Amino acid sequence: MRLSPFNVVSLTLGFVFLYLPMLILVIYSFNASKLVTVWAGFSTKWYGELLSNDAFLDAAWVTLQVAVLSSTLATVLGTMAAYVLVRGGRFFGRTLFSGMIYAPLVMPEVITGLSLLLLFIGIGMDRGVLTIVLAHTTFSMCFVSVVVSSRLMTFDQSLEEAALDLGASAFEAFRLVTLPIIAPAVISGWLLAFTLSLDDLVIASFTSGPSATTLPMKIWSSVRLGVSPEINALSTILIGLVTVGVIAASIASKQSALRAKRDEQAAARAQ
Amino acid sequence: MRRRLLIAVPYVWLLALFLIPFAVVFKISLSDIALAIPPYTPTAKDGIWNMLTGLDFENFVFLSEDDLYWKAYLSSLQIAFISTLLTLCVGYPMAYAMARAPEQWRPTLLMLVILPFWTSFLIRVYAWVGILSGEGFLNQFLLWIGVISTPLTILNTNTAVYIGIVYTYLPFMILPIYSALDRLDGSLIEAAEDLGCSRIKAFWLVTIPLSKNGIIAGCFLVFIPALGEFVIPSLLGGSGTLMIGKVLFEEFFSNRDWPVASAVAVILLLILIIPIVLFQRNEQRQAEAEK
Amino acid sequence: MAETVFAPWDDPEQKPLIRFRNVTKRFGDFTAIDDLTLDIFEQEFFALLGPSGCGKTTMMRMLAGFENPTSGAIELAGQDIAGIPPNKRAVNMMFQSYALFPHLSIWDNIAFGLRRESSDKAAIASRVEEMLKLTRLEKFARRKPHQISGGQRQRVALARSLAKAPKLLLLDEPLGALDAKLREATQFELMDIQEKTGTTFVIVTHDQEEAMTVASRVAVMDEGRVMQVATPQRIYEAPNSSYVADFIGDVTLIEGTARARAQAPEAPNTAVPQSSAPRGPSPNALGVWLHDKVLAPVIGTRTDTQLQLPPPDKSDTTLSVLSRDIPEGGIDIAWSDSQPPLIALDADAALDGAQVTLALRPEKVSISKTRPDGAVNALKGTVIDIAYLGNLSTYHVELAGGVMIKAQTANTRRVSRREITWEDEVWVSWSGTAGVVLST
Repeated sequence: MRLSPFNVVSLTLGFVFLYLPMLILVIYSFNASKLVTVWAGFSTKWYGELLSNDAFLDAAWVTLQVAVLSSTLATVLGTMAAYVLVRGGRFFGRTLFSGMIYAPLVMPEVITGLSLLLLFIGIGMDRGVLTIVLAHTTFSMCFVSVVVSSRLMTFDQSLEEAALDLGASAFEAFRLVTLPIIAPAVISGWLLAFTLSLDDLVIASFTSGPSATTLPMKIWSSVRLGVSPEINALSTILIGLVTVGVIAASIASKQSALRAKRDEQAAARAQ
Repeated sequence: MRRRLLIAVPYVWLLALFLIPFAVVFKISLSDIALAIPPYTPTAKDGIWNMLTGLDFENFVFLSEDDLYWKAYLSSLQIAFISTLLTLCVGYPMAYAMARAPEQWRPTLLMLVILPFWTSFLIRVYAWVGILSGEGFLNQFLLWIGVISTPLTILNTNTAVYIGIVYTYLPFMILPIYSALDRLDGSLIEAAEDLGCSRIKAFWLVTIPLSKNGIIAGCFLVFIPALGEFVIPSLLGGSGTLMIGKVLFEEFFSNRDWPVASAVAVILLLILIIPIVLFQRNEQRQAEAEK
Repeated sequence: MAETVFAPWDDPEQKPLIRFRNVTKRFGDFTAIDDLTLDIFEQEFFALLGPSGCGKTTMMRMLAGFENPTSGAIELAGQDIAGIPPNKRAVNMMFQSYALFPHLSIWDNIAFGLRRESSDKAAIASRVEEMLKLTRLEKFARRKPHQISGGQRQRVALARSLAKAPKLLLLDEPLGALDAKLREATQFELMDIQEKTGTTFVIVTHDQEEAMTVASRVAVMDEGRVMQVATPQRIYEAPNSSYVADFIGDVTLIEGTARARAQAPEAPNTAVPQSSAPRGPSPNALGVWLHDKVLAPVIGTRTDTQLQLPPPDKSDTTLSVLSRDIPEGGIDIAWSDSQPPLIALDADAALDGAQVTLALRPEKVSISKTRPDGAVNALKGTVIDIAYLGNLSTYHVELAGGVMIKAQTANTRRVSRREITWEDEVWVSWSGTAGVVLST
């Protein structure tokens, strides 16, 4: 199929729109001048300043802890929830349960954050890393469960039945058969939860206390004052990490798809 | 036994950290502000009966009487609506071109759309601050090519908010439309042209109706989060930009008026229920149609 | 009695391995299995045959333990197995989709069940090797399921379900995913493996040819009920209902009214193969009285000549047979106003007056240009259609009343020399025992 000129133009403009702002950010992170809009020669000094800024490093460390903890917890809970939704059959309050799984996906962050904060205050819980982890786990487990349940729905149930038939207990069937097969969905659920947690500003602002500041909160407090070259440097690092990660993941999945195709062709020849 | 445990753990978690917090918000929205810790009254310390009888709809009455909140809700709806339309106008041609692109390009194009989705939301909004400001790149560029002679004021206006929403939510619009168009059988267009339709007419009579579900899904995916948006209006919008997410945030953190903030949240939720229910119904219909 | 024939179902001493006793299974309002009683014996190769939705898969899933009966009991070796979970039953199942674990190698797939009950690595290894050998898969042990062909996958599924040496192996449409050629070879392989291992096999299939080939007995099912349980020969040769007759193989069904046959006047008894039962007076005295006194005012008087056949005439289609050739006994079936009654010599004379169906297998009907001598049933018709199947040809012959009869002949000659073709006037004929009379 040939693309018409109109299609080419809309694609080009669209991707320029999507990527130009980020590209400008990356280029100006190497700007020697403190004035962001004036180019004053190449320099990596803002990276140096960023790496020697303890406040940023502390915030990054807190964010990483929160993200790893909450995404892991969310993956466990979300996978359980997905399993219950797809395989749990009927149980008391199933509609409420599936409602609670889907609602956080469309809930404005301000409401989720506010409600959790009021709860934590209500039960007298000190706000800090733990409360952020609880909050992030709650909303990202729903994303995990949506990803995992869509995989479970296409999962051939006779595989689990075969495991039971061969003498495995229900738990063994899950551990030895279901889990290895749905693993890619569980891993992408974890990655999604991890990114959501890294990215979150609003819910973390509500649920954190003075003892814990996450990176988005730190970025927020400095960008409110305007553009700063340090934030540009930080953004470049984050964009770079994500780009490398996404490209690596897509190459890996492409290769495994190719391998599967080769295997199938080999099997067809063996017939 | 195991099954019960499997159900109970996520269930109890969601009850405790999702449903109960809403009940708390609802209760506080019926309370009165007080100079105390926590800053509202009555509380459970006053005894259950006193607490229940102490509740009233005063905050909701206050919200309905104060112009600020009315305007904030209406302007949120307006901004969300306009930016959804703008996103559709930008997203549809892109999704269409992607679906018509040669097969071997499509995975790459798709990845290019998804990549920003994984990138920090905050940073992507922040990137526009440097572009739209008075001495920003856009004004420099326009001055340089001579279209304008004095810098435009874009940052801190509603226009900047529209640009921000379109930019950050564009992938949500493109992906469902692309998946609808990708499934569309190319021979349908050929059949329409064969039967005497012009190219544009065939697009209007065949392609648009068949991608309707993708358009609807994309619009909801942009509209719903845009309505409660906080970061974009705070960063790109000005003091004149009234969006309810921002009002709520400020009510809570600056005024420390928890009961009113809770009431604002309750009403926002009620407004959101309508599009969410409509969205769910559309998804269900689509799922049934695919069976 | 020579004990070479395997027929435990005829031996009252034998205890069945599986016993369904008044089993009913309902899913909501839908009754999948309706008050079903059935015995299956050890070492049998038992086929559940029926169209989709007849309940055969539900029966299999109840045996495996994935469903429990709503009422009634299922016994395995004399023990009620209701409530025993699938992982505690000495029953294994081969799934229609094979359900091979995609992330495990062939070797690990076969070892999966063994590892659940034992940790003796050496014993597991030797059992897996034995299974690989039995199914000729030694070369593929290290491959993953998606790296082997469909036929090999089928054998892996079989090896995996046999590895634990179950008392009973359930096979759910085991050959459905294979192409026709491979299916045939695999059928014989299955029979071979069943014989070698001595395991009781229960196979579910909708393919009647497959059921007939592999099974020692076949249960034909319809809408949750068993219509007939018998050996393949009996199912084919002596179906007990028009449903079974129609479901198994090709058949022409002709409906009519049965009438006990009068003694053939000059029939030479030497031509009669069996059936020397004494003949009663026909019509009997009570019948004559009933007719003359009670019915005559309504239907007219009876003439004694009614049963007499008209004189033979080769061009007359109303005449089927020379009366002297017909042995005695059996029934006539009046089925058409313009055609002579059909004769079924081995049918029960007690069916007299009942509505019956005559089931005729095409291969038992001959077709010829001229009226064959000595045929008990012979009718004239026109060839409408010829289905050429290579080794056989099936002719669709339309009779004067519009009824279509199928006749099959072996193509021993080249097609070009075939003497019967479309629009030909032909005679179809069959013996007095070729058809099966069904009272339903």
